[in-house]
Order: sequence, then C-alpha cells, then structure tokens
Amino acid sequence: MERKDWPLWEVFVRSKAGLSHKHAGSLHAPDEEMAISNARDVYTRRSEGVSIWVVESKHIHSTLETDSESMFDPNEDKIYRHPTFYDIPDEVGHM
Amino acid sequence: MSEQDLQAIFDKKIENEVKIEPKDWMPDSYRKNVLRQMAQHAHSEIVGMLPEGNWITRAPSMRRKVALLAKIQDEAGHGLYLYSAAETLGKDRERIVLDLLEGKAKYSSIFNYPALTWADIGAVGWLVDGAAIVNQIMLQKTSYGPYSRAMIRICKEESFHQRQGYEILLTLCRGTEEQKAMAQDALNRFWWPSLMMFGPSDKDSPHSAQSMAWKVKRMGNDELRQKFIDQTVKQADFLGLKIPDPDLKWNEEKGQYDWGLIDWEEFYNVIKGNGPCNKERLAARQAAYDNGAWVRDAATAFANKKAKRRDKDAA
Ligand SMILES: [Fe+2]
Ligand SMILES: [Fe+2]
Repeated sequence: MERKDWPLWEVFVRSKAGLSHKHAGSLHAPDEEMAISNARDVYTRRSEGVSIWVVESKHIHSTLETDSESMFDPNEDKIYRHPTFYDIPDEVGHM
Repeated sequence: MSEQDLQAIFDKKIENEVKIEPKDWMPDSYRKNVLRQMAQHAHSEIVGMLPEGNWITRAPSMRRKVALLAKIQDEAGHGLYLYSAAETLGKDRERIVLDLLEGKAKYSSIFNYPALTWADIGAVGWLVDGAAIVNQIMLQKTSYGPYSRAMIRICKEESFHQRQGYEILLTLCRGTEEQKAMAQDALNRFWWPSLMMFGPSDKDSPHSAQSMAWKVKRMGNDELRQKFIDQTVKQADFLGLKIPDPDLKWNEEKGQYDWGLIDWEEFYNVIKGNGPCNKERLAARQAAYDNGAWVRDAATAFANKKAKRRDKDAA
C-alpha cells in the first residue's frame, strides 16, 4: 500500500526488567523500525527503559466514555470479589 | 445524549478535577483553546532550539558542548511530546507545523531575541528555562489529560536545563572582570523579555479568565510572574549580578518583591513580528522543513518498498 503521510504509533516502554510495558506517548514514523528508533530517542534519553513496543495507533481499540457506566459500574456491587468480604478470626493469623 | 447533558458531565469533571481525555465530549471552544495553547507551546520548544543551536560549535569546552547538545535535544523532545498531545484533539501534525510556517500560529516571544554572547546561553538556561519551569509546573495540573502528562514528563527534564545555564553564569561571574561584565550584560538584555514570557497582565489577557475557569491554566499570568521574580532575585544576588530594575525591592508586608513596569509596547511589537529575530527564526524553520523534504520522502519510499516486499513474501 502506497502512502505519503507517516502513520501515528503508540509507544510502550518497559522501565526495567520484570515490569510491564507502559504507555509513554506517540510519534510519527514511516515504519516500525524507524518508529522504534525514534521512540528510543524521544522517550528513553535517560535510560527510562529496557524494552520498547510500538503499535500503530489505528490498531488500538478502546472503550468509550459513554460506555463506561455499563462497562465498569456493575463491578461496584460485587464486594465478594475482595478479600475483606470474608470474616476470618484473628487467631488464624495473616491470610 | 443531549448537548446539555454532555456539557453537564464535562462541567462536573472540571469541577471534580477529573482529566478530560481525547475521546471525551468537550465544548468546541475548549478544544480550540487547548489546541491553540498546546500548538503554541510545541512551536516554542522547537523555535527555542534556534538561539541555543547557534552556539553549539562555539561552546567553550567539551563539557559545555555535550550539555548544550543534550539540552537542545531535550527541547526537540518537548516539542514532540506537545505535538503528539495537540494531535489528540483532531488536527494533523503536518497541519499544525504548517500553521507555524505560514505565520498562522504563535510561539513564545522570547525566542525572537538573539543569543549574542556565550553568557546569553547561561542567561537563557537560567531565566528562560526558569520562567518556563514556573509555568510548566502549574500546567502539570491542567485539565486536559494528554497536556498534563506531557508537562509532567517535561518538568522532570527541565531542571537540568536551568542548572546548566546557572552554572555557566556562575563560572563567568567567578572569572575575570570582562567575563562578569558579559554575564551582567546578558542579564540586562534577558531580564525583561523573560518577565514578558508570562504574557500580558490578566486584566489585559483575552484568554486568561476562560482558561482559568476550564482549569486549563491553574494560576494567572501575574501570579506566575511574581513567583518567578521572588525565586530569581536571590539567585542573581548569589551571582553578584544586578537585576536591571531600579524599582525592585522587598516588600515586607506582602512578603514579596515590588518591581517596575514592563514595556508592553515592546512585547506587542515582538508578537506582531517586529522583534530582532522573528524573520530569521521563521526562515530557519522553513529551511529545515524544505531541506528535510527529501529525507522524509526517502524514508517513506523505503517503508513502502519494504511493505511491498513483505506482501509479496506473504503471498
Ligand atoms: Fe522545554
Ligand atoms: Fe528547557
């Protein structure tokens, strides 16, 4: 596919081994290789990362603000999903 | 949902300090205002590289050169963070950049002043970055999410900028009489333009009240300017330099400095395009855009070729 404008990429950086990649920002680049190389210069100039992911922004799908009630609110009354819902006598010790 | 309901949700978020995110509904006027401010901020970072870039090859030592290079590279990064944030409001990067080149967008008036001597590089780091930091710390709490996140990232990088500038002046001030005079001359020229960076007094600033109501800005221009003055005076004293304002004096009662009058005519004149370097700055940006065209085209052609080859391999 021919294209002239550079697509937008989202950049995810793993700040150190053992942690997940976290969204750092976005940038334009003609392809994934340049996107990674630019991401290194833009988002990790002070060793903020040990690994970079780039994803073309158009491949990211998200929830909508208008959905957020029906998406997330039902969880609020499911208190039995939390440890504090259960009564365990103190004598049992930490659990 | 009716526009009224959406407006009510928006207002509630602003009231409760909930950030506005790109896909959220927002009034058109908010979108326009934040976009204008972010684009202007991005352009300032990029144009701001020019006066300092001018001194890279003439930095007096390797230590100074690597520091200045790193600082200028940071500013390019700041420009990119801000262009990305601006783009989330639905205007392309290319269009935002072209607005600057076509003279439709502004950038901070301070960058229309030249950096004439090496001491100016010190003064720029100390005062110009110093003033920018005061403004940017406030903007970390701005109501637009992507702008706020860009500011947090930028603030982490700025303190090195100010310190490297101050260190340059400290070295000059501990040097020969001529070196100290050079530092004083830089302060004389950069002091008032630095105060102008905060913009007109709130009562004369067309966007101020609305920006505050939307929490895009969290403090007024006058308050920020006062904060900058109060923190900078003792730094000047330490250098043994004199701030070029005969009216500057400590006001015990208010717990802050009183100071003189800004020449707003000069400010508006520079904004209108008549500063010492306005034409040179835009010409330099235009040249960078034009001279980079073949690089952008080549990168695009290479990416297209690679994609084609990959499609063929997959077939
Ligand atoms: Fe900056
Ligand atoms: Fe800076």
